[in-house]
This record gives sequence, C-alpha cells and structure tokens, in this order.
Amino acid sequence: MQDTQAAQDTATAAAQAAYETVFDAAVAADERIEPRDWMPDAYRASLVRQIAQHAHSEIIGMQPEANWITRAPSLRRKAILMAKVQDEAGHGLYLYSAAETLGTSRDELLDKLHAGRQKYSSIFNYPTLTWADVGAIGWLVDGAAITNQVPLCRCSYGPYARAMVRICKEESFHQRQGYEALLALSRGTEAQHAMAQDAVNRWWWPSLMMFGPPDDESAHSAQSMAWKIKRHSNDELRQRFVDIAVPQAEALGLTLPDPDLRWNEERGHYDFGPIDWAEFWDVLKGNGPCNEQRLDRRRQAHEDGAWVREAAAAYADKHTQQHKHGEARA
Amino acid sequence: MSETTDTTATTATTGTAIAQAALALGDDALVLSHRLGEWAGNAPVLEEEVALANIALDLLGQARVLLSLVGDEDELAYLREERDFRNIQLVEQPNGDFAHTIARQLYFSTYQRLLYGQLATGDGPLSGLAAKAVKEVAYHQDHAEHWTLRLGDGTTESHTRMQRACDALWRYTGELFQPVEGLDVDHDALQTAWLDSITSVLEQATLTVPSGPRTGAWRAGAGRQGLHTEPFGRMLAEMQHLHRSHPGATW
Repeated sequence: MQDTQAAQDTATAAAQAAYETVFDAAVAADERIEPRDWMPDAYRASLVRQIAQHAHSEIIGMQPEANWITRAPSLRRKAILMAKVQDEAGHGLYLYSAAETLGTSRDELLDKLHAGRQKYSSIFNYPTLTWADVGAIGWLVDGAAITNQVPLCRCSYGPYARAMVRICKEESFHQRQGYEALLALSRGTEAQHAMAQDAVNRWWWPSLMMFGPPDDESAHSAQSMAWKIKRHSNDELRQRFVDIAVPQAEALGLTLPDPDLRWNEERGHYDFGPIDWAEFWDVLKGNGPCNEQRLDRRRQAHEDGAWVREAAAAYADKHTQQHKHGEARA
Repeated sequence: MSETTDTTATTATTGTAIAQAALALGDDALVLSHRLGEWAGNAPVLEEEVALANIALDLLGQARVLLSLVGDEDELAYLREERDFRNIQLVEQPNGDFAHTIARQLYFSTYQRLLYGQLATGDGPLSGLAAKAVKEVAYHQDHAEHWTLRLGDGTTESHTRMQRACDALWRYTGELFQPVEGLDVDHDALQTAWLDSITSVLEQATLTVPSGPRTGAWRAGAGRQGLHTEPFGRMLAEMQHLHRSHPGATW
C-alpha cells in the first residue's frame, strides 16, 4: 500500500519535472505561455499579482484625472480628458479579463483592492491640484507607464502581452495629448507657464518612483526576469525614461526639479539625483497624500452600485428562466 | 428694391432663428454631457464607466458642433451666465442615484432620437448634424431602455428607486415639446411618439407611467428662456471657474 503511494508520488514528481522542462523550454524559446498551458504555481501567482495591480492602477488612476473633467478649461480639452478616462476604464477591463484567464475573477480582485490586500501604482496617491496636473500626468505618468509597458508587449504570458499591445497604443496617444496640453500652458500666459512648471515640479519625482524600488531592493524582479514577465530591471527602465524626458522638458521650455541632473558623456546617459525612497515606501504603506481618499472613493462607488448590480443579476435570472420556460413550451 | 430688402431680412431672421435652435439644442447636449461627466470614477460597474463616458462624449461632440454654428464654442460655454443658457431644465437636474441618471437619460435620449430623426429627414441647416447624431442617440436610448428594464424589473429595491426617479423627473418632460424658434419640427407629433415610446418601455419594465403635471419647475418652456433650477448655477460655477480665472488665455 505504502509502496503504491510512493510509486504514485514518484510518478507525479516525474510528470511535474517533465511539465517544468516543457515550460522552461517554451520561456527560453520566447514562446508565449497560454491559459491552458501548464505553468508553475508561483508563475501564476506572480502574474495574478502583477496584472491585478496593473488593472487596479487603471481604475484608481481614473480619479486624479476625473477630478478635473468638470473644470476642464475648454470643450476640446474636456473631450480629450473624458475620452482618456474612458480609455482607462477600458484598460482596466482588458486587464481584469487577462487576470481571469489565470483562474481568478474580477470580483475577487476588486474585493482584494477594496480590502487593501492588493496594491495599485503609488503615483495615484498624489493629488491633482491644478489643471496643469492633468497635462503633467499625461506627459510624465503616462510616459513612465509606457516605458514600463512597451517591454510587457513581449511578456511571456500571452493574454497579458496582447492586452499590453492594445493598451500601449492608446497610452501613447494620451501621452502626446498630455504633452501638447502642457506645451499650450508653457507657451501661454505667465500664469499658465507658472502653473505648468509647478505641476512638473510636483510630478517629476513621483513619476521616477513608478519604476519601483532600486534593483537591489526589488523583491520580485529577479524571478520575473527569469520568467520573462519582465524584460528589463527597474533601474534600467528608470534611466531610459529620464533619457527620454530631459530633451522633452527642454522642448517644452520647462525645467526638471533636480539640481544633479546632467548629461554624462562617459555613460551616454543622464545622471540624476537621489530619489527619496523614504517617501516612496511611506506612500506604498498607505501614508501618501491621497491613499485613504482614493480607496474610500472606490469602495463608496462599489457600495453605492451594489443595488444596481443586484438588479441586473435578478433581471438576468428572471429572464433566463422565462426564456427557458418559453423554450420548454415551444 | 423692396423685394430685395425683404429677402435679406428673411435670410437674416432665418439665420438668427437657426442660431436660436442650435443654441437650445447645443446647451441641452453640453449640460447633460457635463452631468454625465460627473459620474467618472463613480459608476456601479466598469462597463458603465465606459458607457456613461461614451454617451457624455457623444453629447459633448454634438454640443461643440451646434455651438460652433452660433459662435465660439468656448465663449458660449464658459462666458455666458445662468440666465443666458437655453437648455431645458431636465438635463441640468443633478445625477442623483443611478436610477435618476437613467430616467433622465431615458426621457432625454428618446426625445433626442425622435427629434433628430425628424430633422435628419428634412433638408434644413441642422439635417447633416442630425443624421450623424441620430446614430449616437439611438445607442443612448438603447442603453437607457435596457437599464430601465433591468432596474424596473430587477429587485424590489431597484424597482422602487426606478419608479421614484421616473416620478421625480416627470415634471420636467413637458418642456421637451415646447416650440423652439428655428426648429422646424412637428412638436405635437414628437410628443405623441415620445409618450408612446416611454409608456411602452415603462410598462415593460413593470413600472407605472407617472401621472403628475409636466410643467417644469416654473412653467413649461422656462429653461429655453433662461429660467433654470437652483443646482444649475452651482454646476456652471464649477464648469466655468478655471476658464474665467484666466481671461483671454488659450488652452
């Protein structure tokens, strides 16, 4: 009896090892892992964590921008902003669907977000205090997001990679519009220029923090890179972003709030000053300017909408049953 | 000589009348779009974030075309005061709960679809715009009807809320069918078709068609003359404050 058990265990372990070999070979060959393929539990869990966090960021990220929809200063800007916030809801939908292919559900993930058990990007815990913040978010925050997300289009997990292709197209569009809004302010009246500069001063460092902790303090990085979920380290992507943003700031006629920022001929990159990691960890722990407000608002929307979702479910139940009865009679 | 003068005068009057109509319809779309924009981030499900924003965007697009027929869209949106807006009172009503928003949308998009349907078949100056808008509005109406059915025939709570919303907004629906200068449509026929459509949807949703007066807060037609309800001034204050804080700036 015990022998049979032991034999079964050995067989299972052998099968497991065979699966792992196939998986590792697929990843090594840059093939896509698809929902029905075998994958290590930790790979699945890591993807759920990352995709959920990404989806939550889209949903929470609607708030700082929606904050200005009703006050947008021209009808054209208002239309652009509305379209952008709408796109973000759509991105959230894609990403929750991608996460669902891994065996979780949108409801489950939203419950975790509302309970504070899953995170979203720390950037959205900063407030939008002026109209220029909307432009700065488009330029810097979306710019950082794109730098992060373009490599994800080649991520080893197929559904996530495909979602990123669609999302990156729309994000690039938003980023251009944000840049253009900021350019209009920078070239506008003195007050508008000052508003733009102030927004960039406030959003620059938080944008650099979007790439996550430095490589030597990043808990998930090494494994994610081995699995080809991530393609580049946090610090590599952060450097890439700085290198792109500096000439853009010059073209905008705005300065970046970093006295240590300068071109390093030897490295072929911009050097930049130290990031305030204490602030980063503090915001991540829930102590940023808007953490409570963002989560409260999300929970409130969910609670206020409960009766609507219940009504839709009750209606669907009733009418599916009627439909079935109708079919039975026919 | 006198004939020429007459023709010129008629043309001018017609132009002004069309501007009046474009202003009225443009203000309706602008104000309702703004109200729907207030939902961003607050909708009951993600799909409704997308749907409500989509409707808001369509309406804003219509508003921009209509207001541009009259003058500069931003001057008209941001620099007129409450008494100069020509929208009906229905569209300025606060969002309330989701049922209120849906009832307002049902009443308005049914009207808009019938109105643009009529305008699109004519050869008036608004027919081109109406032909494009009627497609958007058909989607808005469809969306509102589906939610009216789900809420009316969903749970006891949703039924109660939907009925309350339909009742509360009913008084503002008479204004939809007051003649508007420059708007060459048969308002009585519109009203009949509107009542038929609304009655049919509400009955199917197991709701009672409200029976109260449909006169508006003041009297039917007041909104078109710049007489609005109190929440509207506050809405404009929010909408216009940034634009007004920077006179002459471009954005």
